[in-house]
Amino acid sequence: MFYRETGQYKTTYEADQQLFPILQDRLFVIAVLAFAFAVVPLVASEYLLRAILVPFLILSLAAIGLNILVGYCGQVSLGTGGFMAVGAYAAYNLAVRIPDLNLLVVFVLAGLAATLVGILFGLPSLRIKGFYLAVATLAAQFFLDWAFARIKWFTHDSSSGSVSAPPLAIFGWLVDSPAEKYLLVLGFVCVFALAARNLVRGAIGRSWMAMRDMDVAAEVIGIRPLYAKVTAFAVSSFFVGLAGALWAFVYLGAWEPLAFDVNRSFQLLFMVIIGGLGSILGSFLGAAFIVILPLALNQLPGWLGIPMSTALISHIEFMVFGSLIVFFLVVEPHGLARLWAVGKEKLRLWPFPH
Amino acid sequence: MSGAREAGPVILAVGGISLAFGGVKALSEVGFDVREHEVRAIIGPNGAGKSSMLNVINGVYRPQQGRITYLGETREEMEPHFAASHGIARTFQSLALFKGMSVLDNLLAGRNLLMRTNLLLQALRIGPALREEVAHRRRVEEIIDFLEIQHVRKTPVGRLPYGLQKRVDLGRALAAEPRVLLLDEPMAGMNVEEKQDMCRFILDVNDEFGTTIVLIEHDMGVVMDISDRVVVLDYGRKIGDGTPDEVRSNQAVIDAYLGVQH
Repeated sequence: MFYRETGQYKTTYEADQQLFPILQDRLFVIAVLAFAFAVVPLVASEYLLRAILVPFLILSLAAIGLNILVGYCGQVSLGTGGFMAVGAYAAYNLAVRIPDLNLLVVFVLAGLAATLVGILFGLPSLRIKGFYLAVATLAAQFFLDWAFARIKWFTHDSSSGSVSAPPLAIFGWLVDSPAEKYLLVLGFVCVFALAARNLVRGAIGRSWMAMRDMDVAAEVIGIRPLYAKVTAFAVSSFFVGLAGALWAFVYLGAWEPLAFDVNRSFQLLFMVIIGGLGSILGSFLGAAFIVILPLALNQLPGWLGIPMSTALISHIEFMVFGSLIVFFLVVEPHGLARLWAVGKEKLRLWPFPH
Repeated sequence: MSGAREAGPVILAVGGISLAFGGVKALSEVGFDVREHEVRAIIGPNGAGKSSMLNVINGVYRPQQGRITYLGETREEMEPHFAASHGIARTFQSLALFKGMSVLDNLLAGRNLLMRTNLLLQALRIGPALREEVAHRRRVEEIIDFLEIQHVRKTPVGRLPYGLQKRVDLGRALAAEPRVLLLDEPMAGMNVEEKQDMCRFILDVNDEFGTTIVLIEHDMGVVMDISDRVVVLDYGRKIGDGTPDEVRSNQAVIDAYLGVQH
């Protein structure tokens, strides 16, 4: 009843091609952003900010990166954790070895370092596809794990192999409290989510999707497979590397290579699949599902006042979480983003049947 | 029926093309030419090598022997990107659309070669990148109007009925503003009305834009009606070449289609 596009006529192609062509969508997004930037830092508890929202946002960014590769370009990757590690260790080395470098520059350079590594490991995708590519990227994951654990130069000769990030200071602003960290991460995520959205609806995004949907036809209309696949790996790795740097510096603070092992790769792949392949919104929904749901399940018995031992809660959490994943994939194989789209479609007509 | 436009000089010629997959010979020593602005049909029974011929012309297959002369330049094999960037577009027999993308995006992807802005500008979607998107959208809308698919422009192609998908396939090829259009059975599986529509689109393209058309088709009525000259292939060999009337009275062609009494 309220969600209607009736009467909103577009008279220019610019108006029709804008990010959110429907007025209600625009208002909704503005409201969400205003709430996230202005209200959340004031009212949210320290625990909510530090343990839920910050990891959720950073993993959303990584999931967007992976979604560009898997969802938009159709190239499966199991090396996401490794590329996050590249970002994290690149940022660490830059920050430690060049102390005067601005932290924002450090983060961007860390993303670019991951881009280079991503391109390198993306080159085999020209020859191998599907499951075989997944195995090749898995090899990248193990190689990178090994490199960061064994090559002392990366960890600045730290004896234990674990490293800690320097204090976060940007233009004299010391990012210290959970609210400040949250705002920093939120800023990054908003900027890069918008950039990702622009890319996937532009010419480059169309060439990625064309490679995904029908590579022979894409080649025949003049899309170069090399260029399309390598740019997808490059852009994807940039996002993932940036997320890795943020994960290490803002969320963890101190870390060891185990923080970016193959479990992280699988976790991100689950986010992308459950959230919706080929959808930026889906990356957020998937990250929310994977990050927030287990925590919520864990708290649920306490909220309901059911006395239960911690061990039992954690067992039940795993079982419920696993079955929910299966449930959602059965109900909507195209992910939460599709559910959202279907809901919007229904809302356009509600309360009328047609 | 056609002939509103005079056929020009030879734009595309293939000669001595032989293509084999392992021991299977798909094409042997096939050669023919295509004049600018004409409608050139390739016919032949199933497995005659017609689609292989189109794939050789736009570089998807690399023939073992032969040469291809396009725009006065002779080469031994074509390269898909070269073909696309020099005005050869094609449609596919079994639809090869980008199913997850909307009709608009499919057509815009057809114009990808004409888009020039770099990745950074696209990410920011400012200035040249935005102007480019709008300019190309305008051209694509013209094609959408021409093919009468306005009502489905934002629908994912995978959800469209077969006849409309065939139109989108043609639209994607047209979006590149080709000089030569290769159509691989554009009317396969259509009913009479859809075939009439498709014929009209093909003739209009030929007429209005002067696009040279190379067409594979099984419907003899259509072929004889709309093409200027016809090549007949059988078992990978050329057995006939000429105007529809010449081909119709060619004994080898009649034998290939009707069989020979032994």
